[in-house]
Amino acid sequence: MNNMSSTPIAPPVKHRSPIAGPPWFRLVLITTSVLFIGMLIGLPVAAVFTEALRKGFDAYADSLQGEYAVAAIELTLIVAAIAVPFNLVFGIAASWAITKFEFAGKQLLITLIDLPFSVSPVISGLIYVLLFGANSALGEWLMAHDVQIVFAVPGLVIATIFVTFPFVARELIPLMQEQGTEEEEAAILLGATGWQLFFRVTLPNIKWALLYGVLLCNARAMGEFGAVSVVSGHIKGETNTIPLHVEILYNEYNFVAAFAVASILTLLALLTLLLKTLLESKFSSPTRKH
Amino acid sequence: MGIQVNDISKRFNNDFVALHNVSLDIKSGELIALLGPSGSGKTTLLRIIAGLEFADSGTVILDGQELRTKNAKERNVGFVFQHYALFKHMTVFQNVAFGLSVRPKAQRPSDQEIRRKVMDLLELIHLEAYHDRYPSQLSGGQRQRVALARALAVEPKVLLLDEPFGALDAKVRKELRRWMRRLHDDIHITSIFVTHDQEEAMEVADRVVVMSNGCIEQVGTPEQVYHHPVNGFVYDFLGNYNEFDGWKDKDGAVHLAETEIVEIPEETIVQASTQTGWLGRYPEISHVVNKVVPGLLPEKIAPVIVKKKKTIRRPPDATAVKLFTRPHEIFVSKVLDGDEYVTARVTHINPASALVKLELERPGGAILQAEIPKTVVDELNIKRGDMLYIRPKATRVFE
Repeated sequence: MNNMSSTPIAPPVKHRSPIAGPPWFRLVLITTSVLFIGMLIGLPVAAVFTEALRKGFDAYADSLQGEYAVAAIELTLIVAAIAVPFNLVFGIAASWAITKFEFAGKQLLITLIDLPFSVSPVISGLIYVLLFGANSALGEWLMAHDVQIVFAVPGLVIATIFVTFPFVARELIPLMQEQGTEEEEAAILLGATGWQLFFRVTLPNIKWALLYGVLLCNARAMGEFGAVSVVSGHIKGETNTIPLHVEILYNEYNFVAAFAVASILTLLALLTLLLKTLLESKFSSPTRKH
Repeated sequence: MGIQVNDISKRFNNDFVALHNVSLDIKSGELIALLGPSGSGKTTLLRIIAGLEFADSGTVILDGQELRTKNAKERNVGFVFQHYALFKHMTVFQNVAFGLSVRPKAQRPSDQEIRRKVMDLLELIHLEAYHDRYPSQLSGGQRQRVALARALAVEPKVLLLDEPFGALDAKVRKELRRWMRRLHDDIHITSIFVTHDQEEAMEVADRVVVMSNGCIEQVGTPEQVYHHPVNGFVYDFLGNYNEFDGWKDKDGAVHLAETEIVEIPEETIVQASTQTGWLGRYPEISHVVNKVVPGLLPEKIAPVIVKKKKTIRRPPDATAVKLFTRPHEIFVSKVLDGDEYVTARVTHINPASALVKLELERPGGAILQAEIPKTVVDELNIKRGDMLYIRPKATRVFE
């Protein structure tokens, strides 16, 4: 400053992003986030595996091979295997209808799709019990025809479908809205039939988002507790899914078994997360190839 | 394969009238531009012909066949979208081949035939080398050429283009429309393209259909619509213009309104340097000569007397009219002669082409646009702030 005559050489300036704020601020934000996630997510996940392996690997393996544990795992897989394809079809159909057509009640449909997110799962489970249970007219009719819905597998499936149906549709609607209808129009004008249009133009355009939606849907379908708990009736070996079985084991003070079964669910969740991350990186790559 | 559009009307659900009794006759092999501002119904008309929208009333006849009963899939029209609408997940080759590959087995050409045909088309659009690229790897102009090739692959009866150059930058747009004009000269497919750019319509189309508010204002060759517009809208839409107050005499000749005319005073002395003899041609010498030997040059420069011409007076029963003139039809001068002139001050000069664009302000505040050859501007030494005499060389009146 006091040497104006010579060419001043500016010291190298460390450029900071204008929105970054002072360093201490960044430090506080990052530390808070890391601590928060560590405490709320990292620790419990670690705890699940520690508890499960507390009495060694053999005890862990044993508790997974128990009759009821196997039944619960099987049941969970069955429920997911039915609910997910259902919601896949429903999600595509609803997103297609909402984004490609104009019709009365469209806004209502969009709102209804979000309903399972805003209603407590326990309440939705209860609604099905009331609807299909022995006390309702429908329930009596079903009983008379020997159809068991509540406290049986069909009830579990219906409750799971209800809780998980927004996932696929919510993933697809914004994407299909953004993509518009021009490619479909082009395909039709080029002579494509409805099926060709769907499988050769629409589906390839939404496949990553669809897969992502299905993964989330699947994760929730396997992990759902509230709604399923109400309609299941907790019959061991028959209507207990993994989350319900974990609860029962825990209530019986069978901690190792409870955490062992829980670890299966955790592993499935982690696998889902991994797949999701892989999909996301595929999503954001500049040239999407197949 | 001509197209007859008969009495088409279309209303959208919010009661907005998109098309109102539109009729149009397009001859086989013609290249037609639908020109109009946004909301004029041009895209709606195109989409009705394609079968992407449906008219409330009226018929479209393509190649002698009524189209009402045919859906978009069966009409066999080629359509090019403003934003290309290429299939993002397919290569250039797959995009162009799409129309052929979705045909039912019986009508589908063999793979080899498809390959040959697609490569021929890619050669036509100069993109053979790009056959395995994805649309995202191409520039806008290249994408639109692929879209055109894709539309042509199914050998459509007509080609419909919806603002095909709208999403491209100015330079690419010019190249592409020249290329499209040449392509049309080669393959002679009946084509309709929608545009809001009058220059584009003029440059490419055989005939221009000027539309506004769901109606056709004029159909004609570029020459007809530009030089013989049928109404004020067409005149307005096809280019910039200036407006003057004027009146019409009984012979039908038009004059500028007298209140605006600059009249030459009874006797005007024009001082022109050439009047001082040969020395006058060298002002810098004459200046010195005048100082040293004042007697050598006449004190006063010989005056030239110009007699004022009598302005034609407006008879009381003459009709007042608005006179319209294009910027290039403006005559500017720094001295008066016998013609009718108005005055205006130069407020802006844009010299970036052979025709210099002048923006002039008249005493009342009205703005005039004039396009004057650069040579004239240089000769008259026109500068910002100069007061000029303005006369329309040609005028149009719309009653």
